[in-house]
Amino acid sequence: MYRKNYVLIGLLTLTPLVILAALMVGSVSLSARDVFDALLSGHATPSSQIVQDLRLPRALGAFSCGALLALAGVLMQVLLRNPLADPYVLGISGGAAVATLVAMLAGANGWLLTGSAFTGSLLSMFIVFGLAQARGNWSPTRLLLTGVVVAAGWGALVSFILAIAPTKNLRSMLFWLMGDLGFVNTVWPGISVLILGLIAALLASRRLNILLHGPLQANALGVDVGKLQLMIYVLASLMTATAVTIAGSIGFVGLIVPHLLRLLGISDHRWLLPGSALLGGCLLVIADTFARSVMAPQQLPVGVITAIIGVPLFLFMLHRSNKPL
Amino acid sequence: MMNALLDVRSLQTSIAGRVICSNLDFSVKQGECWGVLGINGSGKTTLLHTLAGLRDRDAGEIRYRGTALETLKPLALARQRGILFQDKSDTFPATVLETVLTGRHPYIKSWHWETAGDIAIARNALQQVDLMGMENRYINTLSGGERQRAAVATLIAQQPSVYLLDEPTNHLDIRHQVKLMQLFDGLKNRGNTALVMILHDLNLAARFCDHVLMLFGEGKTLRGTTLELLTAANLEELYGYPIHKLHDNTRTIFIPA
Repeated sequence: MYRKNYVLIGLLTLTPLVILAALMVGSVSLSARDVFDALLSGHATPSSQIVQDLRLPRALGAFSCGALLALAGVLMQVLLRNPLADPYVLGISGGAAVATLVAMLAGANGWLLTGSAFTGSLLSMFIVFGLAQARGNWSPTRLLLTGVVVAAGWGALVSFILAIAPTKNLRSMLFWLMGDLGFVNTVWPGISVLILGLIAALLASRRLNILLHGPLQANALGVDVGKLQLMIYVLASLMTATAVTIAGSIGFVGLIVPHLLRLLGISDHRWLLPGSALLGGCLLVIADTFARSVMAPQQLPVGVITAIIGVPLFLFMLHRSNKPL
Repeated sequence: MMNALLDVRSLQTSIAGRVICSNLDFSVKQGECWGVLGINGSGKTTLLHTLAGLRDRDAGEIRYRGTALETLKPLALARQRGILFQDKSDTFPATVLETVLTGRHPYIKSWHWETAGDIAIARNALQQVDLMGMENRYINTLSGGERQRAAVATLIAQQPSVYLLDEPTNHLDIRHQVKLMQLFDGLKNRGNTALVMILHDLNLAARFCDHVLMLFGEGKTLRGTTLELLTAANLEELYGYPIHKLHDNTRTIFIPA
């Protein structure tokens, strides 16, 4: 059963290649050589500016965003013990969307917009947690129902805002809603949350494996299920909030990437977590590179491309797989 | 005098307003096998979960090797007692070996992975339940009986002092029923373990259990040795149905009238 290691090694090798490709592709085509020179050069040349100021932050932003969403997807799926769970099912992106759109209406941009997205996410996290807790009993079903309903509520508010928004705001609002990596300027917040989050999740990974068999069984084996569930919830919410703040609500990655890895035979969270982060990151970098170059200078919404790549890929693998899902 | 592995004093527990047991005292010593008998709905599973510390009781004390249940930390408790549930939950793919390895959790430090020793223990457990060669199968592709045996293997890997078993012979064919009971018999005789199992099969209980605990409902219980208590009269009262006790050379057989 060394397959898990091969998959992980494969993804680790793929990652720098994918990022390199993202740095090469664009309205100004650069060769690999040019890219390396641009990365290493001390002084500002046109190439180095393109690479360092535009493409590198965007590629790293895309990678961390995809990785965060995939990780959040894994965590949501184990928390809710439901294969249909994705990072947004509990309303995080809805809260961020409402906050961001309201801020856009109020004429905010830049840091204020970013701040609104994050605040909206956290607000939603607290609301859902508070409501699901109500009687002290914290079952996945209760949490899921609460989250889904709150998400629906946010969705209704989003529609309302879109309906009353002036036309000049509409396009930017829609692009935010579909996911847009064009506004990434600092990469460190995303990367730090990713690294810290991955480490925290890995430390709990053996307990996550146990939790898959149900809370009673986990309890009987000595796992503090209450604390573990809370930690998963907060971690997944923070990672989703960060991803949504960086790039809006990019769909599909969080739901599908964990399943793609499961179809490859990876079920143990110690491999599933880092594998999902790498695969999610690569998928989003590839998708974003396509999104900004296929119809250049027009930028397509990256969420559309993740679906175009992801849907056939997933269906193909599902069809060929002889593993039970 | 040695501490009993499990000591219960004045236990009262109820569910949904119905009292399951009241003022129940019993001790499970090493090498003993207790059968818990009662009709459907008499609260056997609830009692087992209460003994396991998975739910609160109304009154009384429960001690494992002399230590009160409340004072035991979850991992320490998991080393004292293991429980086999009636229902198994497997939402996502996991292999048989991965599932059995979860039983080693109480012995592995937080940030550590399973050692080769743990894996050997898990494999040995699989061998004991006759599931060798299935370790890389996905747990949700197993038949009911195989899944049951995998759950027993997980419990064996957990190496608790007290095995709390909820209908362990469910889903098993006759051969595997007897083999499993013989396996448990061997486990308890090897020292420092004891069994408390909920059984519906009176003949297995007669053959393998040396003590019984009968739940009559409304808080009434009887507990003692099988020899004293496993009589046709008691069983008729317990199950509300006439039962004949027959003897066949060495075996006692109960059949419904």
